[in-house]
Amino acid sequence: MIIRKMLFASVAIACVAGPVSALADTSGKKIALSNNYAGNSWRQAMLTSWDKITKDAVAKKVVAAADPFTTAENQATEQAAQIQNMILQGYDAIVVNAASPTALNGAIKEACNAGITVVSFDGIVTEPCAWRIAVDFKAMGESQVEYLAKKMPKGGNLLEIRGLAGVSVDDQIHAGIQAGVQKNPQFKIVGSVNGDWAQDVAQRAVAGILPSLPEIAAVVTQGGDGYGAAQAFAAAKRPTPTIVMGNREDELVWWKQQKDKDGYETMSVSIAPGVSTLAFWVAQQILDGKQVKKDLVVPFLRIDQGNLETNLASTQKGGVANVEYALEDAQKVISSAK
Amino acid sequence: MKISSGTVRLIIPAASLTLLLAAVFYMQPRAMSYTGLNLLFNLAVPIALATVAQMLIMAVNDLDLSMGTFVSFCACVTATFLQASPAIGVLIFLGAIAAYAAIGVVIHLRELPSIVVTLGMSFVWGGLAVLMLPSPGGEAPGWARWLMTSRPPFVPMAIVASIVIALVTHFLIMRSSVGVLIRGVGGNVRSVERAGWSVIRLRAGTYALAGFFAVLSGIALVGLTTSADANIALRYTLLSIAGVILGGGEFVGGKVSPIGAVIGALTLTLAGSFLSFMRISPDWQIGAQGAILIVVLALRLFLNRLEKREKSR
Repeated sequence: MIIRKMLFASVAIACVAGPVSALADTSGKKIALSNNYAGNSWRQAMLTSWDKITKDAVAKKVVAAADPFTTAENQATEQAAQIQNMILQGYDAIVVNAASPTALNGAIKEACNAGITVVSFDGIVTEPCAWRIAVDFKAMGESQVEYLAKKMPKGGNLLEIRGLAGVSVDDQIHAGIQAGVQKNPQFKIVGSVNGDWAQDVAQRAVAGILPSLPEIAAVVTQGGDGYGAAQAFAAAKRPTPTIVMGNREDELVWWKQQKDKDGYETMSVSIAPGVSTLAFWVAQQILDGKQVKKDLVVPFLRIDQGNLETNLASTQKGGVANVEYALEDAQKVISSAK
Repeated sequence: MKISSGTVRLIIPAASLTLLLAAVFYMQPRAMSYTGLNLLFNLAVPIALATVAQMLIMAVNDLDLSMGTFVSFCACVTATFLQASPAIGVLIFLGAIAAYAAIGVVIHLRELPSIVVTLGMSFVWGGLAVLMLPSPGGEAPGWARWLMTSRPPFVPMAIVASIVIALVTHFLIMRSSVGVLIRGVGGNVRSVERAGWSVIRLRAGTYALAGFFAVLSGIALVGLTTSADANIALRYTLLSIAGVILGGGEFVGGKVSPIGAVIGALTLTLAGSFLSFMRISPDWQIGAQGAILIVVLALRLFLNRLEKREKSR
């Protein structure tokens, strides 16, 4: 009986003392980044952000190492092998931008079984033992229509530029736009093309469909396609509609030119490549012993008429508007998920 | 003692595998364990099966450029139909194997280049895979998962599976009379024909057998990854060809080696891990992988020349 009481007492003490003693020291921990692709401006910015933030963290002895790895070819089987290698290399946490939401599950399960913390972001994985930092792409699509509804209460015809067919991000943004249009029936989507998130593809696609379209009030996009759309409208000598931009440098420059010329108004929205650094801090917090919900949502980065200049100034030529996250941002995201 | 040319053919791949393994163990002592070996090699099992399938096609002087998409297709079938209603899944696989046999017949009858036919088929398989699984998902059948994650005593599953694949195909291709005929079609079609064998049947059979091994590869892959994706195994086309060549096979002449092919697949997988442990930047990794291939092939050419000189003496 006494022993049982003592046990209870010690458990109680452990519970009270828990939050303090659970703050394990992470200065000896190693974190790896498993990345599947580095071939566009967004991914390059993502890797640069990771490098900048983690070098600083390693120098300040927050963690022992934070090494980025990118697979040579964008293939799920190759990334699965890469993750298994990371298990052998003895990393304590693996941050993943996955080539496939499901095909890495086997390798990620192996990592979890080896006691490794796995945090996925942007390209998230479905394996339940991993953490997910997802972007609410649906809300991103909906926010575009909401902005337009405020700007032009009378509504009008919309042209939708979609991304790469068959990719889940494209479906989600599209669903958001559809939901927005349903809520604001004064808007009507009169045409839809696939721009593949690339300016040249978007320009070709829009130029192809334009002759068959009535007057367009606004273009809703997915990012990386706004500048191409603007070029297509200019080439067809049609009035420039309100084109929602996607934070790319060429898009922001074009917007700035139009704004200076005739007070052109629009907005720009996309996810910041610096989300990799948010994933890094979340992994660090988990290693630190914090209780973190498995599903976290990262806010998207929105640029408006007012803060265009400041964002443009901080964006690299040919790059994407970016924010890098600090430890406090990660803590905010973690606490808001509870 | 006279070493047979078949053994010489095996020495280089085996030696390069041992060398790479030693280097990996030196860099990452953690890999020198049961779990370590399993992690290093488990993804090589489906590659080894695909390589064996490719080797069969190459044994009859053809080349299969649809291997990657076909394995992806099989993976999608495994994660959907085979899991939900096994009977339909098996039927689809039988149909796919029959399709492979039909491809062999068409190539033989119309005297078409296999590269063109299989390249065309790669779009068919890719399209079917996307139809079946438009977005990544599905679930591995319990038994496939159990098989691929089983932990036999002393020797990890990946090694056991590789040895079994190597031995079974060795007996099938190198020891059985059917195997001799298959290699004969690659070596000298006319003499096989004159001896009264139906080459068309042999070719169809070889293609069907290759299809069967590719199906196994798809199942093994899903057993490891737990779910599928229409693009999951696209790399396997080139990996399987490289594996056969690395393992001592040749593009023409029916000169193949099943044990070598399995070793070749293991070597290719290990080369990837080796480069990753070396911390080589991804920009250089493809190049480095190519360099390893070139070095091994150069060694082989050198040995071949030695062999020829021996014979001409």
